Amino acid sequence: MAAVAKLELKGVYKSFGNNHVLQGLDVAVEKGKSLVVIGGSGTGKSVMIKSVLGIVTPDKGSIKIDGQETTNMNQHERDVLMKKFGMLFQGGALFDSLPVWENVAFGLIQGRAMNRKDARDIAIEKLRSVGLSPRVAGLFPAELSGGMQKRVGLARAVATNPEIIFFDEPTTGLDPIMADVINNLIIEASKGLGATTLSITHDMASARKIADNIAMIYKGKIIWHGAAKDIDHSGNEYVDQFIRGRAEGPITMEV
Amino acid sequence: MRSAVKADQPENNASLVTNRFLDWLQKMGQTTLAFLAAVGRLAQFTGHSIYHCFTPPFFPRLLLQQLINIGFYSLPVVGLTTLFTGMVLALQSYNGFARFSAEGAIATVVVLSITRELSPVMAGLMVAGRIGASIAAEIGTMRVTEQIDALTTLSTNPYKYLIAPRVIAGTLMLPVLVLIGDIIGVFGGYVVSIYSLKFVPENYLHKTWEYLERMDVISGLWKAAVFGFIVTLMGCYNGFNSDRGAQGVGTATTNAVVSSSILILIFNYFLTQLFFTGK
Ligand SMILES: Nc1ncnc2c1ncn2[C@@H]1O[C@H](COP(=O)(O)OP(=O)(O)O)[C@@H](O)[C@H]1O
Ligand SMILES: [Mg+2]
Repeated sequence: MAAVAKLELKGVYKSFGNNHVLQGLDVAVEKGKSLVVIGGSGTGKSVMIKSVLGIVTPDKGSIKIDGQETTNMNQHERDVLMKKFGMLFQGGALFDSLPVWENVAFGLIQGRAMNRKDARDIAIEKLRSVGLSPRVAGLFPAELSGGMQKRVGLARAVATNPEIIFFDEPTTGLDPIMADVINNLIIEASKGLGATTLSITHDMASARKIADNIAMIYKGKIIWHGAAKDIDHSGNEYVDQFIRGRAEGPITMEV
Repeated sequence: MRSAVKADQPENNASLVTNRFLDWLQKMGQTTLAFLAAVGRLAQFTGHSIYHCFTPPFFPRLLLQQLINIGFYSLPVVGLTTLFTGMVLALQSYNGFARFSAEGAIATVVVLSITRELSPVMAGLMVAGRIGASIAAEIGTMRVTEQIDALTTLSTNPYKYLIAPRVIAGTLMLPVLVLIGDIIGVFGGYVVSIYSLKFVPENYLHKTWEYLERMDVISGLWKAAVFGFIVTLMGCYNGFNSDRGAQGVGTATTNAVVSSSILILIFNYFLTQLFFTGK
């Protein structure tokens, strides 16, 4: 714990009008570790990741990467920082207008000015590592199944060998077997790169599998944080209710 | 209830009116502020877009794609529109001018109306429908499906990657389309005049050139460039700020077409004033 955290959020606030999404969020991930944040739908999990990525500007608070404050960065510093990140979006967010291989190679061609030929070779290699044959490379995203799209998104997220990878609900909407395949790929990809990862999910099977540490977000704050193996005896009734998936408990759904 | 108030407490009645007035003022104020904020956002977006058109990295491959999409594929629409506009113009002016034996002026009326006004405005409006709508729908879908966020995470500026190629292509290609539209429109007037109204071809052509000045054509091309900028910018702006959900994209598309059409007509007036009254 002595070393600086790879990624650290402190007292982060973000509201959209009267919708107070993040209300003093604190979370940290150590280098090379995998943190999974669990929490209900609409609790601000995606907003948390987007704040780190600079897609959403927090109202208040500090976000540090490698000990360096990022919330006040200028465009140039931000551009440099972005090269450390890889991101798998909740809905895939693949570019419809580009074939699969160009989706995967996008960060290499546009972000790092690699020539198309080399980038294509790397893309095909990355596709193979997520279990997709080179035949898929020339197809368009719309021609793929949901599970294949997730894999392409995963290949794109790791194509530039990022130091920090974000996974936004990687298994949501997949059948349990495909979800487990994706879990394995996430573990392989991130351990293989030695990357630090921050994932969000409400799939407990997935959380148990990929997490070193788990944190639970509720009402814009982290209400519990601990090792993945302690999740079943957290002593926190919110966590208990969530991991058992019960309607009764301290968490009430506003329907 | 209201009459009771009136009868018993006249001073309360006065404060009721004052309150109503204050409510009304507040609503007016809010509306004005919202309007100013929207204008400010659009101005900022325009500034950003122009800045990113002129600063590297550039995306020549995407620019070429847009040049072809906006220029080449709009040709049939613009061609047909200006052809029939030229034709109907000849018919209408014949009908009108024959009443005071001024049929000789038809050729001049056709060529001046087409080059100064009708070709740029018609082409602008048609392209607003065709290109403005498709840009808004495409970029709006990218916004909703987080593809624009994905661009950012892949170290690519969405203004440079998505907006600059479209705005540059629109500004460059609309003058080309209008020049072609000028020729087709004048040709439409010529065909009707010769085959339907029985004019002598040499005379008609002579009349066409006689009073035409270079400025007539050039002003039309400048207008076209402005309209091309407006259409592509409004398409990008509405798509970029599209609300989430499929309905958001639909609204963005409608707004892009309506706002760019209205802006075209407004700017057309002021550009005409600028070019032809020197004011
Ligand atoms: N760009 C935005 N504009 C307005 N509201 C937003 C935006 N992004 C997210 N929200 C709102 O913030 C809340 C949390 O969203 P999100 O982080 O996507 O939830 P989740 O935890 O399911 O990922 C939701 O109420 C959502 O409507
Ligand atoms: Mg989410």
